[in-house]
Amino acid sequence: MTDRETILSRVRGALAPLKPRAALPEWDHELASLRRDLSGQDLMAVFAERLRLVNGLALTDLAALAAYLRENKCLHGYCDPDLLAECSPALGSDFTVETTFDRSRVDDYQFGITRATGGIAESGTLIFKDHIRSPRLAALAPWVHIAVIRKSEIFTDIPQAIAALGQDPNIIWVTGPSKTADVEGILIEGVHGPGVQIALVLP
Amino acid sequence: MATQPIDQFSKRLRPDTKASVYDGSKKGHEKRTQVLFDRFPDANRLREIAGEIKQHVVENLDTYLPQVEAKLQANGVKVHWAATAAAANEIVLAIMRARGATKMVKSKTMVSEETELGPFLEKNGVECVETDLGEFIVQIDHDHPSHLVKPIIHKNRRDIATSFEKHGLGAYNDDPEVITRRARAHLRAKYLTADVGLTGANFISAESGRLVLVTNEGNSRFCLAATQCHIAMVGIEKILPRDHDLGLFLNLLARSATGQSLTVYTEFISGPKAPTQPDGPEEMHVILVDNGRTDVLASECRDILRCIRCGACLNVCPVYRQASGHAYRSVYPGPVGAVLSPLLAGEKFPAMADLPKASSLCGACHEVCPVNIPIPDLLLRLRDKAKQEHVPSPGTPPMGMWSLLASQPAAWKTALLAGKLLDYLPTSLVPVPALRAWEGSRSLPAWRGGKFRRWMQQRTPGPHPKTP
Ligand code: SF4
Repeated sequence: MTDRETILSRVRGALAPLKPRAALPEWDHELASLRRDLSGQDLMAVFAERLRLVNGLALTDLAALAAYLRENKCLHGYCDPDLLAECSPALGSDFTVETTFDRSRVDDYQFGITRATGGIAESGTLIFKDHIRSPRLAALAPWVHIAVIRKSEIFTDIPQAIAALGQDPNIIWVTGPSKTADVEGILIEGVHGPGVQIALVLP
Repeated sequence: MATQPIDQFSKRLRPDTKASVYDGSKKGHEKRTQVLFDRFPDANRLREIAGEIKQHVVENLDTYLPQVEAKLQANGVKVHWAATAAAANEIVLAIMRARGATKMVKSKTMVSEETELGPFLEKNGVECVETDLGEFIVQIDHDHPSHLVKPIIHKNRRDIATSFEKHGLGAYNDDPEVITRRARAHLRAKYLTADVGLTGANFISAESGRLVLVTNEGNSRFCLAATQCHIAMVGIEKILPRDHDLGLFLNLLARSATGQSLTVYTEFISGPKAPTQPDGPEEMHVILVDNGRTDVLASECRDILRCIRCGACLNVCPVYRQASGHAYRSVYPGPVGAVLSPLLAGEKFPAMADLPKASSLCGACHEVCPVNIPIPDLLLRLRDKAKQEHVPSPGTPPMGMWSLLASQPAAWKTALLAGKLLDYLPTSLVPVPALRAWEGSRSLPAWRGGKFRRWMQQRTPGPHPKTP
């Protein structure tokens, strides 16, 4: 007998005496959503506020981004080629920006600008899908990660974002910078991934 | 007479370990309560529904397992089945060998703790690096995790700094920030040179075959961004029926585990990377692991298979807080472990049969469980199982004397009189070892036996209280 047959026959044997079996309950989406909480509010404002609560930062224009990067002396980084035309005028000539992410020197990039496909207001979450070609590593390895989304792409809450998962083989939701509290419960950011997570919300 | 095994463990804990565990678990619980009950109008209803959904899955695994297999295969995933821990490990090794791979990075998975995958691979010449910070520290210390979501709750910064120094990760420095940065640099190189990334899964949707993985550190994402092959080791009970059920469970999991509304990284993986994506695995394997779960399914305690490993029951448990995780001598500590470990132990059940007894049945675990598992009931069922199977219980005071007294009024009265003596006699002279052990860490209240009977005899019955 293969392991598959062994397991399935054990499962059937274990369940045979169970009649009837527990039914699958339906549940009302309202139950798990905080939508009423958010109704009538500006989703962008909620998103920015919730992102701030998880120590992320939401910016709404490129000039503010350039100022932030300059202030933190992050002048060398990666930018998704699809975003370059939009970003480079604001970044100015003091920046050096690469459009391929070389995995043999991941620590050379101080920032990575990649495309996100949306956000979730309730939790301050950014959504990334694989079919957008921005490399997974460019969103993960640099200390500062900037995710570019459009204002219209912000969902209200988790159930809504789940309903819109679609067909992509790999989707990741990112809610704030990478963090741990493994050492004595003390919060430290930038464990493996970014220590600074920025959402750049463009019109 | 010896005390119960769990008490012996608790007694051997260093005071600062005890403090770490106590504070860590208490903090976890307080945060959870806030974030769950502030945000949802009816958080308990959420728990009940989530429990019903998982119970439905558990009782219909015969339908769901083939369904999940078909979905995964349609998504381009290679599906493997492992009846035992050894089989699961062999499958992993075979995949590595077929690729000529010698390096693996892995993110935290409890199933791989069950199968002891790491040591097995190392023995077979495969480097296997734990990437979750806590698990990494456990690995370099050759230790075991002591909590489901906070594996090193039993260590403080000085312990960790010492291990890092011993392991060649820089001179002694116990600043948590420095510790974390050093791990970042060390593990980064590991991700980028590994060929295979191994993860578990928190959920699999039967509707889409999507695996859902949650982490805060981003280590599993790094595993899946830097390597070419993804292996997921998953217990057969991890299924959810529909994608939209994820909305409910994700809302509950992080809140119950760490008091966050959502973990930092939530991944939905339904297959190898998209062709246009430069990074990530082109090959994906899912290993569906039984390793004792079908025995649990056949038992009267199958409800425990609903568990989503959030750790909330550990945080709230007065016994866990005192004893820490290692006292449970198995992969799963705390209340969930007291139920699951004896069951997963199979023939070694007698060696674990003391765990269900190490509980005051206070019910706190049931109250916090996001899938509403009636843990105290299950503990009672396991106590009964031990009794039926005549498993001896060392360290538990025998009840024979008590039942003799309780069934013979004259003997009972004499015992009550003798009880008074306790007020005058130092307990060290009392010939009951269990009582002496108990007194080791507590003090006995003054004896007040016999008052109830006197009161009962002298009382004049009043009018019956009205029932509302
Ligand atoms: S038994 Fe419930 S509370 Fe305990 S870890 Fe499992 S899901 Fe969480």
